[in-house]
Amino acid sequence: MAETTANSDAASSEPAQKRGFVQSLEIDIRLLGMIAAFIVICVVFNLLTGGRFLTPRNIFNLTIQTVSVAIMATGMVFIIVTRHIDLSVGALLATCSAIMAMMQTAWIPQFFGLEIGHPMIPWITIIIGIAIGTLLGSFQGWLVGYLAIPAFIVTLGGLLVWRNVGWYITNGQTIGPLDETFRAFGGISGTLGAQWSWIVGALLAAGALYALMAARRAKLAHQFPVKPMWAEALVALFAVGGILGFIAILNSYQVPERVLQRQFAARGEEVPEGFTAAYGLPISVLLLIAIAVIMTVVAKKTRLGRYIFATGGNPDAAELSGINTRMLTVKVFAIMGALVAISAVVASARLANHSNDIGTLDELRVIAAAVIGGTALAGGVGTIYGAILGALIMQSLQSGMAMVGVDAPFQNMVVGAVLVLAVLIDTIYRKRTGDR
Amino acid sequence: MAVAETLESPKPVDRSGTPLVDLRDISIAFGGIKAVNQVSVDLYPGEVVGLLGHNGAGKSTLIKCLSGAYHKDAGEIYINGEQATINNPRDARRYNIETIYQTLALADNLDAASNLFLGRELTNLAGLVDDAAMEAETRKIMGRLNPNFKKFSAPVSALSGGQRQSVAIARAVYFNAKILIMDEPTAALGPQETQMVADLIDELKRQGLGIFLIDHDVHQVKNLCDRAAVMKNGELVGVVDVDAVSVDDILAMIIAGKRPEHLS
Ligand SMILES: Nc1ncnc2c1ncn2[C@@H]1O[C@H](COP(=O)(O)OP(=O)(O)OP(=O)(O)O)[C@@H](O)[C@H]1O
Ligand SMILES: [Mg+2]
Repeated sequence: MAETTANSDAASSEPAQKRGFVQSLEIDIRLLGMIAAFIVICVVFNLLTGGRFLTPRNIFNLTIQTVSVAIMATGMVFIIVTRHIDLSVGALLATCSAIMAMMQTAWIPQFFGLEIGHPMIPWITIIIGIAIGTLLGSFQGWLVGYLAIPAFIVTLGGLLVWRNVGWYITNGQTIGPLDETFRAFGGISGTLGAQWSWIVGALLAAGALYALMAARRAKLAHQFPVKPMWAEALVALFAVGGILGFIAILNSYQVPERVLQRQFAARGEEVPEGFTAAYGLPISVLLLIAIAVIMTVVAKKTRLGRYIFATGGNPDAAELSGINTRMLTVKVFAIMGALVAISAVVASARLANHSNDIGTLDELRVIAAAVIGGTALAGGVGTIYGAILGALIMQSLQSGMAMVGVDAPFQNMVVGAVLVLAVLIDTIYRKRTGDR
Repeated sequence: MAVAETLESPKPVDRSGTPLVDLRDISIAFGGIKAVNQVSVDLYPGEVVGLLGHNGAGKSTLIKCLSGAYHKDAGEIYINGEQATINNPRDARRYNIETIYQTLALADNLDAASNLFLGRELTNLAGLVDDAAMEAETRKIMGRLNPNFKKFSAPVSALSGGQRQSVAIARAVYFNAKILIMDEPTAALGPQETQMVADLIDELKRQGLGIFLIDHDVHQVKNLCDRAAVMKNGELVGVVDVDAVSVDDILAMIIAGKRPEHLS
């Protein structure tokens, strides 16, 4: 790097030097690139399908199909950032799903004496399911961190073990139907409706504005340079517009008439004349948003997150700085395990029952989502929003191709090629900018 | 040489009390190689002890036993007269030992402030890391150490060798160390920055810190240090008062491994 800071009075005026439009906005260029790629994919498929791709209905379906992989991808970011890998997530999802399916349909009724349909059943199931996921994740993390077995090997073993533990628990049978409240986490059978969706959207928008303001205030308090006001306003406008626009799209997906008739009939009523209802924000998507916010805060604003990135950047330096990198490995895998269990809730709830092939190949989708989202396998680099966007891009490609009528083998070939291409572009980009 | 030859030690070090650090018969081997073999060195408050020796003599390995990076095979460490157990870098920090490693030990993907506070982040009331406060502190200390340093938001991988070294030095002196270990701290620094580190060492010495300084520059050692300990092939050749020997005497100790005749 050339150093041209001979005169030290340039210090304070340095940031005021001529800056491009994008630099003023201080947005990650990689994020802009991914959003651009996503928009291109959407527009192309919309043209190819004669406008069927960007209907509220399809957008709704796209988001609920993305949730399970996206939740796991946020955890995979931490795993890959610390220079590990987790090949067991799909299989672990199957084990968690099998345990939770058995608990709500057989074990809790048998051993706790609660009748099937008891309101406590789904909650006990979910809590124990997440606890087991966390425990199994920690165990793998312990093997990696304390026994120094490479994560690739531990989780490759885990892939075989957990897939078949899941099979063993259910005797290879499909378990269902799952509890009705439990199924509300799956997507279409649990949505907020128009009014609550707007309320959540307004809260999210307010939260985004507050976060932007708080960041600006913290910088001003220390007399650090801040973005020009127009840039701040533009970023805020995009954030709020994006959130409310998304809610508006979901709210314009109307519940079909026959579904309404069925719902009203269940209560012994008739659908009133001219009555319509919107699905709105699915609970599963709300769950993903909550996880995304929490994981981003962990990554950027907690010691744990700082240590995860430091360890990924230079494990020796992290250790010499007093960070217990072994324990950190356990924690990272524990977080992954918890997220896998949450994904298991979403995935099995969406299908309304547990089947043995649930989560098959999810490990590859999750890793691909994280990598397309800019997580570097060399460690130390990655973002939560990138991984979620990566999951969305992959799901869009897959759904889009299915709608266009591309054969399944070709779909996988395209997704595979896109993965390699994404990493290639990222490598070239990093070389250009001098990043690692 | 960048360091002014006129620099006089402010006052002779008082070695009548208990030493700040007393390394006794430290040994450590890697595989079959005895990297450090029964080495004893002590360090008094307000003293700078230079560690010299050829490449691979065992200097870094010795101080890593004190900083907690390595686990010694044999020997004892006394701090203020009491036996100390140092099994990892966290233990060393508890004894107020700070280290500038030869490899600098920086996380390349993080910025200067994150590296400076790594493991000891400043947090706000909610327990979240306070990046703005850490950057403000970093700007303050870098203003003293290397006023030309400007790259506060870039990852340290984007810094020059000397800038990276400044970050490592800042990290070691920020947290009020009592014992400072500097493994070739000026290796990548320009003359002006080297002089600032020399001034810093003098200031810290006056504040009563004990400093181990590893440096290949014999003139620098003679100017900055009170005593010099010379190692060869993992063994201690001897510890001498720098005012009692010439540069050639020290070079003879390093190269031939024998103590000057007028002292032995
Ligand atoms: N982690 C390790 N594993 C194996 N051998 C090691 C290790 N660390 C040091 N050594 C060996 O121990 C010996 C002493 O190395 P050390 O790094 O202490 O030398 P040094 O005096 O600091 O040299 P330099 O002036 O080049 O920094 C060398 O022979 C080195 O190869
Ligand atoms: Mg060395």
